[in-house]
Amino acid sequence: MSLVELHNVVKRFGTNTVLDRVSLSVEAGEIIAVIGRSGSGKSTMLRCINGLEPIQEGRIVFDGETVNDPATNLRKLRQRVGIVFQSYNLFPHLSVERNITLAPRVVKGMEREAARELAAGALARVGLADKIDAYPDQLSGGQQQRVAIARSLAMRPQLMLFDEITSALDPELTGEVLKVLERVAGEGMTMMLVTHEMGFARRVATRLIFMHQGRIWEEGRASNVLAKPRTPELETFLDAVLH
Amino acid sequence: MIREFALNDVYYLLLAARWTLALTSLAFLGGGTVGLLVALLRVAPFAPLRIIGAGYVNIVQGIPLLAWLFVLFFGLPILAGVRVSPWIAATVAFSIYAGAFLGEIWRGCLRAIPRQQWEAGASLGLSFVEQLRHIIVPQAVRVAIPPTVGFLVQLIKNTSLAAVIGFIELTREGQLTTAATYRPFTVYIAVAAIYFAICFPLTQWSRRLERTLRVAR
Repeated sequence: MSLVELHNVVKRFGTNTVLDRVSLSVEAGEIIAVIGRSGSGKSTMLRCINGLEPIQEGRIVFDGETVNDPATNLRKLRQRVGIVFQSYNLFPHLSVERNITLAPRVVKGMEREAARELAAGALARVGLADKIDAYPDQLSGGQQQRVAIARSLAMRPQLMLFDEITSALDPELTGEVLKVLERVAGEGMTMMLVTHEMGFARRVATRLIFMHQGRIWEEGRASNVLAKPRTPELETFLDAVLH
Repeated sequence: MIREFALNDVYYLLLAARWTLALTSLAFLGGGTVGLLVALLRVAPFAPLRIIGAGYVNIVQGIPLLAWLFVLFFGLPILAGVRVSPWIAATVAFSIYAGAFLGEIWRGCLRAIPRQQWEAGASLGLSFVEQLRHIIVPQAVRVAIPPTVGFLVQLIKNTSLAAVIGFIELTREGQLTTAATYRPFTVYIAVAAIYFAICFPLTQWSRRLERTLRVAR
């Protein structure tokens, strides 16, 4: 059984169909890069997987549990599916430590000391061990995004979703975040990432998915898909992003 | 018999000002409780609750405070056969009224926190109540303090309406003193000065809070 399965998923915002019968299986340990134009449904697909967006048709299954079943405990599920957003979404009123320990303490009932150690460990993984007592507004964008990654990692998820996490960053800050992503990928984490970093996708992803008009238009090994696009849509897209 | 307006009268006005403050405190407490409930209903992730919250606000804001006072004080004995003291009628009427306005103010403050903050909490597995308590409310409080103090100042002045049902507070005491001394100008200047002495420090405090909260996290 795959870790994540999407069966004919349809997502509409009003009359606008954003996901049009999307089917996909992700095995544990895979690193999936999702590319496509804005509005192609790639971010929405990620947000549906952890139940942030309800779907209208089809089925999403994570580790045997149906995400879009009203009986599913989304809170439990989300502890196992981390997501990192484009705009970091750190809690500005809490220190880096409290940002990371809030959910472990509130949701998992962890003790203060153990939670601080957990935070320190997660921060070390993203190379920010010395920022544990800082506040988000004292950090650069890249550092904030790395804290957001640490916050997600601290929940020990089985799957991490990354929603264009470098799109709001300067090129040199993008580099430091991608390095962290690569390290997390190297630890065997299952990851799905929406990205515009083609070089990164080619290097790190085990599979690449090109979305167009709410559908999975092409998929395959990253190097193959990028080198030999089979559809004019992907060709046009690559032309636009690679120049 | 008409007497002179003397220091003694100022003393009585000050004593009456205590009841203005007492009524304000009770109304703020009652209204704060109602307002918190209304604000939470209005941001609840369940439409019927939001409709109940909005309905309350619309009804209360659409009826003058004076009417609430009359209905509670004169209406209840006729409609329900219950006699209520001016204290109870005034406290309840002001709580109903303050609840609607504070509810609206606080709803706005909760809504001022970006949706992504809720989402970040939800995606970490926090429940609606946990998101509110740990993420949204602590940030919203900073936004809420200045308008809340502003409303409190309005409330202090509005308690003078309770005079119409025989509640003796600062304004009512002023009326009584005027009747006895026939010095309306002097008396009401004194009354106004007392209101000002209560409200001005509050507005100043609110301004200072606004400044410090803008720079604080």
